Amino acid sequence: MIPLPGRTGEAAQAQLAAPAEPRWYRELSNLLAFARRRMNGEYAVDQFGFDPDLADHVLLPLLRPLYRTWFRVQTTGVDHLPATGGALVVANHSGTLPVDALMTAIAVHEEHPAGRHLRMLGADVVFRIPVLGSLARKSGQTLACVPDAERLLNSGELVGVWPEGFKGLGKRYRDRYKLQRFGQGGFVSAALRTRTIIIPCAIVGAEEIYPMIGDVKPLARLLGTPYFPVTPLFPLLGPLGMVPLPSKWYIEFGEPVRTDAYEPGAADDPALVFNLTDQIRETIQQTLHRLLIHRQHPFFG
Amino acid sequence: MSPSTVLVTGASRFIGGHLAARLAADPGIDRVIALDTTPPRPELSRWLGRAEVVTVDLRNPLIAKVIADARVDTVVHASMIAAARTGGSRDVLKQVSVLGTMQLLAACQRSKTVTQLVVKSTGAVYGASSRDQAVFTEGDEANEIPASGYVKDVVDVEGYLRGFIRRRPDVDVTVLRFANVIGPRIDTVLSRYFALRIVPTVLGYDGRLQLLHEEDALTVLERATRVRLPGVFNIGGDGVLLVSQAIRRAGGIAVPVPGPVVGTVARLLRAARSVDYSPDYVRFLSFGRVLDITRLRTEFGFTPRWTTVQAFDDYVRARALRPAIDPVWVTTAQRCTLGLAAQLR
Repeated sequence: MIPLPGRTGEAAQAQLAAPAEPRWYRELSNLLAFARRRMNGEYAVDQFGFDPDLADHVLLPLLRPLYRTWFRVQTTGVDHLPATGGALVVANHSGTLPVDALMTAIAVHEEHPAGRHLRMLGADVVFRIPVLGSLARKSGQTLACVPDAERLLNSGELVGVWPEGFKGLGKRYRDRYKLQRFGQGGFVSAALRTRTIIIPCAIVGAEEIYPMIGDVKPLARLLGTPYFPVTPLFPLLGPLGMVPLPSKWYIEFGEPVRTDAYEPGAADDPALVFNLTDQIRETIQQTLHRLLIHRQHPFFG
Repeated sequence: MSPSTVLVTGASRFIGGHLAARLAADPGIDRVIALDTTPPRPELSRWLGRAEVVTVDLRNPLIAKVIADARVDTVVHASMIAAARTGGSRDVLKQVSVLGTMQLLAACQRSKTVTQLVVKSTGAVYGASSRDQAVFTEGDEANEIPASGYVKDVVDVEGYLRGFIRRRPDVDVTVLRFANVIGPRIDTVLSRYFALRIVPTVLGYDGRLQLLHEEDALTVLERATRVRLPGVFNIGGDGVLLVSQAIRRAGGIAVPVPGPVVGTVARLLRAARSVDYSPDYVRFLSFGRVLDITRLRTEFGFTPRWTTVQAFDDYVRARALRPAIDPVWVTTAQRCTLGLAAQLR
């Protein structure tokens, strides 16, 4: 086998794989290049453990069918996301498992022309769980704490936060689309301190994927999880019950809220932080209502 | 004001020994006293030049006499933390690092000549856990301090240091918190770990590593000794390597083992016995540790010449670590498959 000249570098491969190349050949070539990079450890990971090579070639492609075909997500308002620079996306949280966070990350990456990665802030439980914890870091998540949020925003990243946390994620089906309390406004002060914009984001559809009708508290305590969900299918159908129901999803990124007009030190004014938190919470709640009226059926849209 | 009589501890080790050698090569410094419990190996003594080697245990009160007799003005404590090594039991190590440092600090406190103290500490003082922020700055403290072990010792020793700083405000104290040092020559827990061909790793976890090249480590200590820069500084290279990624770059084969039994399994492998699998180290491999080096750049005025990846690659090259599967073969396999595919198209 005589290698063709100039076929060693990846750039050269990409060039050779010009229109004349069939698609499968181009994909095979990319796959092999990816496999070689992984075997030799030739990829870059940032301070937070984010591995863009793995995210782009494995994690995002795995989630894409879920986004496109299963949940048929319709995303609007991506033009509110900046193409460069830091911004904080604040969204509602629901669905027992944080699938909504993953879908938001796909929406940002797929629908926005800049194809940015959403850097998500996750609960500490996530990082304690083996496999999941290290995958979370590799997919661009980090611990939801003020130092990490500010560090990401200061380095010009697009950061996603779900301030309801487990209160939103683990709420009952009867409380669907009712926003829970928004933490202590830590995300607002982080945005104020770093002078980055806040983008409210409303997610409709995640509430129906695992409708939680019960919570087995003793089991949750035993497993060390915040709750042990009972849905119509889980644990009745066992692992099969873990397949999310194919609800119809809408994600809307709202009008950005600017924080650079406030004087420095505004982050230390609790009244201002509370007001801003409430304002953003109210915006998300109203958008949720509007989207729900628009969506006529939870599964058919 | 440049130091005139310098005392360096840990002279039989790589960092202490080579630092003493560098200082001894500087005619601006009158005397260099290189101290350790064991005499340095012959190849290191050769480098030491005019440095005076004193073999004394730090726990011995004699140390105060050495400082007084030589009228030492600058003490560089390079052996504050003896990371767990094979050969010594944990108890002995704790004795040497904790009690030795206490004794040295006591001697410095009573000395009338000492005006500067440089301490080589470690980023381990921040611990490693799932509840940690991604990057530590100098003001941060460990979220979870284990009841005993390496991290606990480091936290204790830094506590004594703070006490010393309070009691002797006239002495300039520089605390250097090092990331893990690696390079062609230095022998550390990590350098032995990545030299393994079958590497037991913690199942389901992949820590972030920040490394510091041995030459950068020496340069930082030398600069801290010559130029008075009191304060606490994180020292580490730019960038991060994941444990799994580092193993691949060094050509080993990772064998994930559940965290609680990783030590037991490692003991079954003969080669892996030279590596420490204490709970502290398992936590470090699981979560890793990254230090913010902004203060090193701005206040200390030093930018490491090697990034984490460069330092690691330098180590891999110098140790001539060979991958289990030669990268040339990987590239060839990639090319052949593509070539075959091209025929089919």
